Amino acid sequence: MDFLAPLVVSSLSAGLALAISIVDAIVNNYGEVEIDINRGKKKLKVKGGSPLLQTLAAQNIFVPSACGGRGSCGVCKVKILSDVGPYLPTELPYMSKEEMTNNVRLSCQIKVKKDLQIELPEELFKAQRFKGIVESIKNLTYDIKELRIRLVEPNSIDFLAGQYIQLVIPPYEKVTQSVQRAYSISSPPSDSGHIELVIRLVPGGIATSYIFNHMQEGEIVEFVGPFGEFYMRNTQADMIMIAGGSGMAPIKSIILDMIDKGIRNRNVWFFFGARSKKDLFYVEMFRAIEKEWDRFHFIPALSNPNPEDDWTGEVGLITDVVDRYLTNIVPKDNEKEAYLCGSPGMINASIQVLQKHGIGKIYYDKFA
Amino acid sequence: MMIPQINPFLLLIASIFTSNVLLSYFLGMCSFISISKDLKSSNGLGMAVTLVMTITTAANWILEKYVIQRWDLSYLRYILYIIMIAAVVQMLEMIIDRVSPALYISLGIFLPLITVNCAILGVALFMQLRNYSLIQSVLYGFGSGLGWWLAIVLLAVIRKRTENAPIPSGLKGVGITLITIGLMAMAFMGFVGMLPVQ
Repeated sequence: MDFLAPLVVSSLSAGLALAISIVDAIVNNYGEVEIDINRGKKKLKVKGGSPLLQTLAAQNIFVPSACGGRGSCGVCKVKILSDVGPYLPTELPYMSKEEMTNNVRLSCQIKVKKDLQIELPEELFKAQRFKGIVESIKNLTYDIKELRIRLVEPNSIDFLAGQYIQLVIPPYEKVTQSVQRAYSISSPPSDSGHIELVIRLVPGGIATSYIFNHMQEGEIVEFVGPFGEFYMRNTQADMIMIAGGSGMAPIKSIILDMIDKGIRNRNVWFFFGARSKKDLFYVEMFRAIEKEWDRFHFIPALSNPNPEDDWTGEVGLITDVVDRYLTNIVPKDNEKEAYLCGSPGMINASIQVLQKHGIGKIYYDKFA
Repeated sequence: MMIPQINPFLLLIASIFTSNVLLSYFLGMCSFISISKDLKSSNGLGMAVTLVMTITTAANWILEKYVIQRWDLSYLRYILYIIMIAAVVQMLEMIIDRVSPALYISLGIFLPLITVNCAILGVALFMQLRNYSLIQSVLYGFGSGLGWWLAIVLLAVIRKRTENAPIPSGLKGVGITLITIGLMAMAFMGFVGMLPVQ
């Protein structure tokens, strides 16, 4: 008698599952269809019959979705160029007029039944989840660490110098939920088997406290990426780069990338702001680059040098130093682009100075 | 237990008005509140709930009579009902999608949403609890679906009116909707005296 209940439940489930499979095979068979992403950039051969969101996820393209495809969050919007019929009542509450004229649809509600042409933000179909091993944790200053991660699965990453990743911090101590924090990659794309991050301790910060107090070399970490619109634009303009603290990371990646790619014909002025000498790092590395590459100029500046620092370099707020250089030293005839990374305060002040000197093309990465 | 002596058609009317599954038992609230933002969607969802309720009540009645009671498996009732509902909804969706794309657009897309609608399970459980016959169960399921449909369409119409009404900002959205539902429930209680059915 004891076998009866499991037997009934499983045979009922099996019977219904069989019925569904039969209906599925007969009714829901749309054959193989092709999804064309961004006009031929990527073509996927998939089995039709499932919603677009799940079909893409099965191909490792993760359109952001908060509800997991139940049509209740309205996040998984995708622009569809093919005709997939009128808007469904489940989509309408989430659509603006503008999105409707552009044929933006909710990908969880659109079933893939025939060949489709869709548009996705480039970073979506490049962003993926990575697993890696913490290879080293080095102190750059008393409150900044360099984290080097060796990629395990997948074992290489394709990104643009200047982009960032989201590091997954596991639950620890009183933190019960895993959190994600964005950090710029400081290593160049050529080192595709590793990423390096420059992380400054935020007192009381969940993620940085974990990295400073709990993370061990050899530990397995996960991250998602790459993301971001902060990367070098391919022009001939002179580059004014300004960074403070851990804002060093994306700028370092861009400079190392330029060296890797042999881009030596652009003038680069890299201003790095710190409080005193104990906040400076990577100085020898940039001095060495300066010797090799005559158009590269590294200008570290201290706002409050200590007497024992013996500092002979620039002194003052980084914005004042930039102002001085743009007025007196940097040649005025060339077109200029600016790349900034640091605290919101530093970036806003820098933008004002740059605009005063007529520099309009300003790209920046603000710490949020 | 005896089959209650209720005229099935009386049961149909009662389940629409006096014992409306939404407004007197407050089942299926989640989609009731979220979908009633839009009248057209509410209509489609109401239709889908009616269809699914009618079919699953019948299917679960057969399951109850020929499987659960036969082998004395009443403690597995919830699980078995849910499995049945999920399977029926799945098949319905695929069939409608293939047979009539137009019907699918107005109704079929809601089917996955209502697999877990508690009104569907609730009606099946009431049907069992009150020991209805097959014909009573089908009409009860159909009537409860119609009642749900009526309630969500009414709410959608009222919400359209409240959109531009001068409501205190803290009450906008779900707040005023819940108050509206409460008032509607009280109004429906007015029907109770009309029919001698629970």
